[in-house]
Amino acid sequence: MAEAAKKADEPGAPLMGVAPGPHLAAPRSTRAVMADVLIGLAPVFVAGCWVFRWRAAMQVGICVASCVAFEAIWQRLRGRRQTVGDLSAAVTGAILGLSIPWTAPWYVGVVGSGVAIVIAKMLFGGLGSNIFNPAMAGRAFLQACFAGQMTTYVFKGAAGGGLPPGVADAVTQATPLAGGKFEQIAYGLKELAIGTVNGSVGETSAVACVIGGLYLIVRRAADWRAPTAMLLAAAAVAAVGQWADADAVLTVGHHVLSGALLFGAAYIVTDPATSPISRRGRWIYGAGVGLLVMMIRLFANVPEGVMFAVLVMNMTVPLIDRWTVPRPVGGAANDAK
Amino acid sequence: MTAATADIPGRGSFARGIHPAGRKSLASGAAIEVLPTPKTVLIPLSQHIGAPCEPVAKPKTAVAVGDVVGDVKAFVAAPVHSSVDGLTGAPTVTTLPNARHVAAIPIAAADEQALAGRALFDDLFGGDWPTRGLGAHAPEAVGEAVRNAGVVGMGGATFPTHVKLARNEARPVDTLIVNGCECEPYLTADHRLMLEAAGAIVTGSLLAAHAAGAERIIVAIEDNKPDAVEAMRRASEGTGITVAAVNTQYPMGGERCLVPAVMGRAIPTGGLPLDVGVVVVNVGTASAIAAAVLRGRALTHRVISVTGEGVSRPKNILAPVGASYGDLIAFCGGLKPDAARVVAGGPMMGFALAELDVPVTKGTSGVVVLTDSQLRRADETACIRCGRCVDACPLGLVASRIALAVRARDWDVAKRYHLPACVECGCCNYVCPAQIPLVQLIRTGKAMMPRD
Repeated sequence: MAEAAKKADEPGAPLMGVAPGPHLAAPRSTRAVMADVLIGLAPVFVAGCWVFRWRAAMQVGICVASCVAFEAIWQRLRGRRQTVGDLSAAVTGAILGLSIPWTAPWYVGVVGSGVAIVIAKMLFGGLGSNIFNPAMAGRAFLQACFAGQMTTYVFKGAAGGGLPPGVADAVTQATPLAGGKFEQIAYGLKELAIGTVNGSVGETSAVACVIGGLYLIVRRAADWRAPTAMLLAAAAVAAVGQWADADAVLTVGHHVLSGALLFGAAYIVTDPATSPISRRGRWIYGAGVGLLVMMIRLFANVPEGVMFAVLVMNMTVPLIDRWTVPRPVGGAANDAK
Repeated sequence: MTAATADIPGRGSFARGIHPAGRKSLASGAAIEVLPTPKTVLIPLSQHIGAPCEPVAKPKTAVAVGDVVGDVKAFVAAPVHSSVDGLTGAPTVTTLPNARHVAAIPIAAADEQALAGRALFDDLFGGDWPTRGLGAHAPEAVGEAVRNAGVVGMGGATFPTHVKLARNEARPVDTLIVNGCECEPYLTADHRLMLEAAGAIVTGSLLAAHAAGAERIIVAIEDNKPDAVEAMRRASEGTGITVAAVNTQYPMGGERCLVPAVMGRAIPTGGLPLDVGVVVVNVGTASAIAAAVLRGRALTHRVISVTGEGVSRPKNILAPVGASYGDLIAFCGGLKPDAARVVAGGPMMGFALAELDVPVTKGTSGVVVLTDSQLRRADETACIRCGRCVDACPLGLVASRIALAVRARDWDVAKRYHLPACVECGCCNYVCPAQIPLVQLIRTGKAMMPRD
């Protein structure tokens, strides 16, 4: 105790620092939030690997590695400190990798990562400053440039798999949504839920998306308002569509469980940087995405619309933010002071 | 929500806010001890909101406890008094923890003090405190006694109490809320005061309500202090005072959260509780009002909670105004080797000290010593717009937008997001994963924003 009784200015006394308050904080960091997103993506990753085998894991791995590499190279070229430690590049890579078909060649993943990180994220100012969801922007570029590779979905089933495209056993099937739209084939709802259907690596298993999404919401790595609004809006439009067109093969259940709707709800509309910051704004944003997804699915020439819906709504986020500034408790600040 | 909240108009809680670990057990069991009289005290001439005092006592004058040493002719001001028997020195300047340089008068304490130790405690808090017949004191007389005693808000804001209690026909008051919430982590001074001086608090509340013209008195205590709720209920039996246990959430002790929680009325931004017919007074201030009106005692001593993992023996200390932080910490056995920051006030809204040779003032409610491991060290990243600050802000502001607008000197955006409404409680900072110094940026913005 003799040491403890020393005065502050005596030699050997504890060194005290000065900093502005508050002096306490909850133990969260940006890296922890991003790590939670990666953990939340794990169920989808596991489901994708189960259906599509090790090539799926490679696809995701290529995208993650490329995204991290592009960000590191960019920061080095710009002479800034490295930011890959906050894991946001890894998250972009994982989402991109999960949203493209496992048969796409390796350069597709690399090019998509480059567009996602360099153009959609770093050129806009880096983490938090980007307007467009980087993974979706990268995917849009890929859809335009590598249309063939991006729309070829090979389904091997859980029993086989691992064979590269072109081998005799490979069966090229349409995705459930394409089948419903262009060939009037309806898949079973159970298969859609579990994921034993065709699609990009991550979009097949609805159950996995729901599990991952709930994890994100519980850990507060994602806000529940945007996904809830998106699913409600999409279901509402699908219900209207089903009621209006009794011959359609795809029901509300099909629409909700197919394609990237749940994947988008769990991981893409919940991206905080590209969604509104106010709570009311997130409801509007989510509803807009849900509405647009269904409009594209029902009326456009493509079977799936999550990517374009998200990108269009991303553009409206600054306006939504401006319109939904929350009113403080006690009313607006008094200007006459 | 306990049964007590059925007696109050509000829900007993407010939306959002945070729930930091209370850490009150470090000091909540420590009964109030009287600090041995220090060798010198330094009385700052500005310990309140309003005009600073000018020296009244000349240097080398013998003064006794309660003698006026500084005063000023302004309505929003309160005199300062000597807190020891001794000899004044020449005025000097000291820097308070909030970085204000204020003039101060040093007083060298005499070897023999008229009142010390337990006798001092009993004179301030002990003995009988009447709860009847207080209406005999005219409201103006109460206000004058309170002003002459230099009573200011002891929750930390230090607003001159006589101004708060002055009747105003344009803005009538119907409720007096006595604030025993003490929502800051670690602090236990008000808690111990309610346990050990409940009588003084009750009498002071009755006097304050009578002065302000309030018909109803509600004592609000966070429900993590059930023994204090019980003590206050017993002391206020038969007086008509309601003792309400409100939800424990930070910052319940702030009036902009307390008044909506207790009364269901929102204080207008930029306004006062007076605008909704309420006056809020801290429990320490209430006991000071009682001592001033009934015993003629000036505000010269207060209970300070010296706590934290970095101090050897946490205590609640009755200390003279003007004692140094070093005196308090020495009385608690000194700092531990891993002490890393000494905070004047609570850890959320308090100011870090650069040196310990600084006087405590009427508004110093606590000293919290934090250790190395408790201070956050992660690097600042860009705002990821996660919205945690929006979920935490009790006033419904978007802290990240305001702070980043201040950084960019974009005053239009800062005003659009209601920068002046922020009370700097620190909830946003507490939850931010990106380590952005939100409160510091907002404070800077308030100072730099052009007035138009």
